[in-house]
Amino acid sequence: MNMHSKPIVARRSPGPDGEKIITLAALAVGGQGGGVLTNWIVAVAEANGYRAQSTSVAGVAQRTGATIYYVEMCRDTGRMPVFALSPAIGDVDIMIASELMEGGRAIMRGFVTPGRTTMIASTHRIPAVSEKVAPGDGRANGPEVIEAMGIAADHVVAFDMETIAKKAGSVISSSLLGGLAGSGALPFPKESYEEVIRASGRGVEASLRAFNAAYDVAQGKTEAPVLEEAPKAPVPVLHVPEKLKKKWAALEARLTALPTEVQEMAGLGLKKVVDYQDVAYGAQYLDMVDKAVALDEAPYNLSINAAKYCARALCYDDIPRVADIKTRATRYERVKGEVVVKDDQVLMLTEYFHPRFEEFATTLPRGLGRWVQKRKGFEAWYEKRFDKGRRIRTDSVPGFLSLWVMSSLRPIRRRLLRHESEMAHVDAWFATALEVAKTDRKLAAEVLANYRLIKGYSDTHARGLSKFAKVMGALDMLKGRDDAADWMRRLRTAALDDVKGEKLDGALDTVRSFAA
Amino acid sequence: MAERSFAKEVQKLKQGEGETFTGEGILAITKALLENGVGYVGGYQGSPISHLMDVLADAQEILGELGVHFEASASEATATAMLAASVHYPIRGAVTYKSVVGTNVASDALSNLASGGVTGGALIIVGEDYGEGSSIMQERTYAFAMKSQVWMLDPRPNLPSIVDAVGKGFEMSEISNTPVMLQVGIRSCHVHGHFTASDNKRPAMTVTDALENPKRKLDRIVLPPATYIHEAEKLTKRKPAAEKFIVDQGINERFGNPAGKVGLIVQGGTYNTVIRALNRLDLADIYGDTDIDMLVLNCVYPLVDQQILDFCDGKDAVLIVEEGHPNYIEQQIAHMLYKQGKAVKLEGKGMLPMGGEYTGQVMVDGLGAFFAEHAADLLPVAKVATNEEPVEIPDLSQTLPARPPGFCTGCPERPIFAATKLVEEDLGEHHISSDIGCHLFSIMPPFDLGATTMGYGLGPASAAAFHNENKGGRRSISFVGDGGFWHNGLTSSVGNAVFNKSDNVIVIVDNFYSAATGGQDILSSRAENKTKQTQNSIVTAVKGMGVKWVRQIDRTYDVTKVRDTLKEALTTEEEGPKVIVASSECMLNKQRRVKPEMAKAAKDGKRVVRPRFGVDEDVCTGDHACMRLSGCPSLSVKDTGDPLRDDPVAAIDQTCVGCGNCGEVADAAVLCPSFYQAEIVSNPSESEKRRASRSRRIISWLQTRRDAKRIAFA
Repeated sequence: MNMHSKPIVARRSPGPDGEKIITLAALAVGGQGGGVLTNWIVAVAEANGYRAQSTSVAGVAQRTGATIYYVEMCRDTGRMPVFALSPAIGDVDIMIASELMEGGRAIMRGFVTPGRTTMIASTHRIPAVSEKVAPGDGRANGPEVIEAMGIAADHVVAFDMETIAKKAGSVISSSLLGGLAGSGALPFPKESYEEVIRASGRGVEASLRAFNAAYDVAQGKTEAPVLEEAPKAPVPVLHVPEKLKKKWAALEARLTALPTEVQEMAGLGLKKVVDYQDVAYGAQYLDMVDKAVALDEAPYNLSINAAKYCARALCYDDIPRVADIKTRATRYERVKGEVVVKDDQVLMLTEYFHPRFEEFATTLPRGLGRWVQKRKGFEAWYEKRFDKGRRIRTDSVPGFLSLWVMSSLRPIRRRLLRHESEMAHVDAWFATALEVAKTDRKLAAEVLANYRLIKGYSDTHARGLSKFAKVMGALDMLKGRDDAADWMRRLRTAALDDVKGEKLDGALDTVRSFAA
Repeated sequence: MAERSFAKEVQKLKQGEGETFTGEGILAITKALLENGVGYVGGYQGSPISHLMDVLADAQEILGELGVHFEASASEATATAMLAASVHYPIRGAVTYKSVVGTNVASDALSNLASGGVTGGALIIVGEDYGEGSSIMQERTYAFAMKSQVWMLDPRPNLPSIVDAVGKGFEMSEISNTPVMLQVGIRSCHVHGHFTASDNKRPAMTVTDALENPKRKLDRIVLPPATYIHEAEKLTKRKPAAEKFIVDQGINERFGNPAGKVGLIVQGGTYNTVIRALNRLDLADIYGDTDIDMLVLNCVYPLVDQQILDFCDGKDAVLIVEEGHPNYIEQQIAHMLYKQGKAVKLEGKGMLPMGGEYTGQVMVDGLGAFFAEHAADLLPVAKVATNEEPVEIPDLSQTLPARPPGFCTGCPERPIFAATKLVEEDLGEHHISSDIGCHLFSIMPPFDLGATTMGYGLGPASAAAFHNENKGGRRSISFVGDGGFWHNGLTSSVGNAVFNKSDNVIVIVDNFYSAATGGQDILSSRAENKTKQTQNSIVTAVKGMGVKWVRQIDRTYDVTKVRDTLKEALTTEEEGPKVIVASSECMLNKQRRVKPEMAKAAKDGKRVVRPRFGVDEDVCTGDHACMRLSGCPSLSVKDTGDPLRDDPVAAIDQTCVGCGNCGEVADAAVLCPSFYQAEIVSNPSESEKRRASRSRRIISWLQTRRDAKRIAFA
């Protein structure tokens, strides 16, 4: 709803003494300390000889919904102004949003008015449930909201105040107050804000750090922190033992033979594959990439996709893989960092496993695996005895050993039943891609990208496979169309959009309709 | 009471003559009760009046000194019935609850109370939760005032006016022998302001005095023939007395220029919004000074005919500003004017929306339309037509994700619904009846469970019709919280199911508190409470009601167990209702209690274990199946920054409280091995440290040994 086309554009009129009321609204996600923030603002106003009134609709005790706080203030002239109890469309002077999408919500609700509203927003994201549950990437489009702020607000102060608060060991209410003070939207000196924070008593130092950091950014004195949204992963470094250096060098040499466009992705893929299995596996990977390059030409999108998705296809998640990752030294260090363990503290680690009969059987050598798969009696017995959750303490020797043994199956992975089925699947898919590439490179690139659909474990994995099959099933209907690649991409996106696969079925129907 | 102290607020209640009280509206009302010599207070918590209950619960000391009895009533009906103490005795009593839902529950007692009438002032403080963000249906309490002939105050939303209304309410109640409702909107309850306090007064007669000198008057008891006398009294004695009081005391206020050709009749509660609208139309300044003639009804029922008629006299048009539907006030005024053959044009609904909240813009548009039509000359030209180029603002409606409230981080109810989801994957979808309380969030994503909610404690009752003819057929599942269970559920839901041999499944979600209303104690709360008897077992109560099949689950986070128990309940041969009591403490309140304790223990050098969950991002494939069974705020998505990967992976942030739901769900649903539980031990014992470092040494030896033989990421 866009209220700016309303017939009556009504600004507040001042008092006979020319005094004006300042209106401030804060839209926060429950639990972000919006209450603390409003109390601070009221205190600052009153400390500066203003009368202030705050209201909130806190709703129920839950803390995940959007909550709105509202403050009105006016210089104290001895008479009590009549303050309103809720923000009105087109009548908000200062809008504080403690999260990017909430900022967008404020705009949509008409609380941000051109030529009137100063928008103070933290640009970090707290994904809503609807964004998290998509099988693919369901997150909302942030830049669109930031752009809208520029259009809707008179003055915008928007940066990642969450990160600032975290760095200062504080919470976002402090940095939001800093953003407000720094914006200069209120006629109060910085010191009075700091006084109020000191008076609040709790976590004063951290709050002041966050307040000042945000204040400086708002004033343009310092740079805003880069958004956490897009971290740049450091280029992974491989540890290569002496006696393998030569073989590895040979592989790296093959990389340089690839077109420059392909080299980065292929380089990452090669490292991943070799880390997953061994040098020979790396060679096998590069063979696949070479095949794609042979059919490709600049800008080599086909080959880049081959480099990307072959690496993923070859590194399927089986028990040895998971056990390997969970027993690495680097992993232990990472966890320590993640959960913040000090040196004088002890870290206990429990892994959650639930190996079903399928995983067990396919982790056996081919022959044996097939043999047990046929033994229904044995399966039943396994399910009775072993098909339950396992908690494994990887900080203890026994627990660690059990996984370490699993991970040491790596050298014989090629002989395991799972490897056979995976490779059969990969070969079929890759062959199809190459076949298509002869006539339609764009489409082939999309066929390769379809491997994105295969992920997860057990049932989720099975669902992924069936979606993959469905999407690939449309290939014959699409071949020969000049928008084939585009449609293949749409099908994949549909498959990633919802779990039930309704969107995918819908898209498939459309394809059938014009194929028929 | 909840793991929260209201000591600060309690101190404010002690303020004396001339001191400036600063705080929220609802706390101001609490203080005003004490200043007006209230003898007893009861009520049932709920937004927006919970605070009154919470603070008084912590104010035993003051209440004791004053001889005031306070209790947290079992329900709104109990609270209203409590006012019976004011029927025969000159004791002022006050009760409070959320309206309109609370008034619905109270209405039986309310009718009886209103019929016999009262001797001591009886005040019912109803917190209106109307409009944006309301958690309940949008109905008006006004209808109750009319049908039961109790009076209704709706003061202007500022602390002095609200506080004044409390005292006036008591007087009015005594003078007219009628209970009085004091209606306060959710924003007035949460409004931060000031008023000048006066000393607290000890009641002239305490409830103890009354007990020691019992009294009864037959003609006050609701039984024919007294009932017919009461009916007559209401109309011939009580209402006229109330109307006289309203006029004599100037309860309703007149603003602006009486000679105005147009006028506004507004509910006190909407005054500020009206003034702001007038201000934005250049018809009032920021202090509320205006030439527009206004009659502000701080008492919305009864209306004094003569006062209304006088106001309308000589006017061309009058606008009634009445929030909500139906427009009872407008109807009464129309009726008065018609009977008197008045020609004044009556406007109201139509110019203003029929229903919904009268927000700032709505009021500006409504008043603007009224003046434009009936007094265009008053309206500055600038205001009538757009004086600004409307800027086209991008429509974000497709971009913005909805953000409905949901379960807190670590909520013990989440795993219950995760388990229910898993059961449905197995046995198919079921008809699920929900109830009032946090657990109602099951209807939201990611769980999407629950078809109806019929009222507090009525979840299982609302499944009563679902009787399956074929044995072994599908059963309904209904949820009820511990709060709802004690409020009404024990009899209306469980008792009813037993009596009618229902075969359905009832899940009682027991989180140790009335959590959604702020974590108040209830009968089955596990906390020690000086003034209440807690720790009453739900299971025993249910068995006492005659339920044969009862299962107690002491750790709801055990998703596998909850799933299997629910499955059993849905499939067992056993006849009669199957009741599962799923118990784990509300995490919000648990954290309030445990966090400081743990911090202190760690400081004192005691061994403290802090659990936290994490995700191995190299194991997570980014399918987000875990989140479709969780929706936990601390479990979110993050980019890996790895060009080889397209989709964000699961990540758990610092706010995780280590409840275990992630791991348990991953296990029960056989999702993936990505989750790990980290337990950080502060002040570990010496032997513990030794054991740990020994294990580390052996483990790193194994690791180096393996890395020596292969190429791997450093």
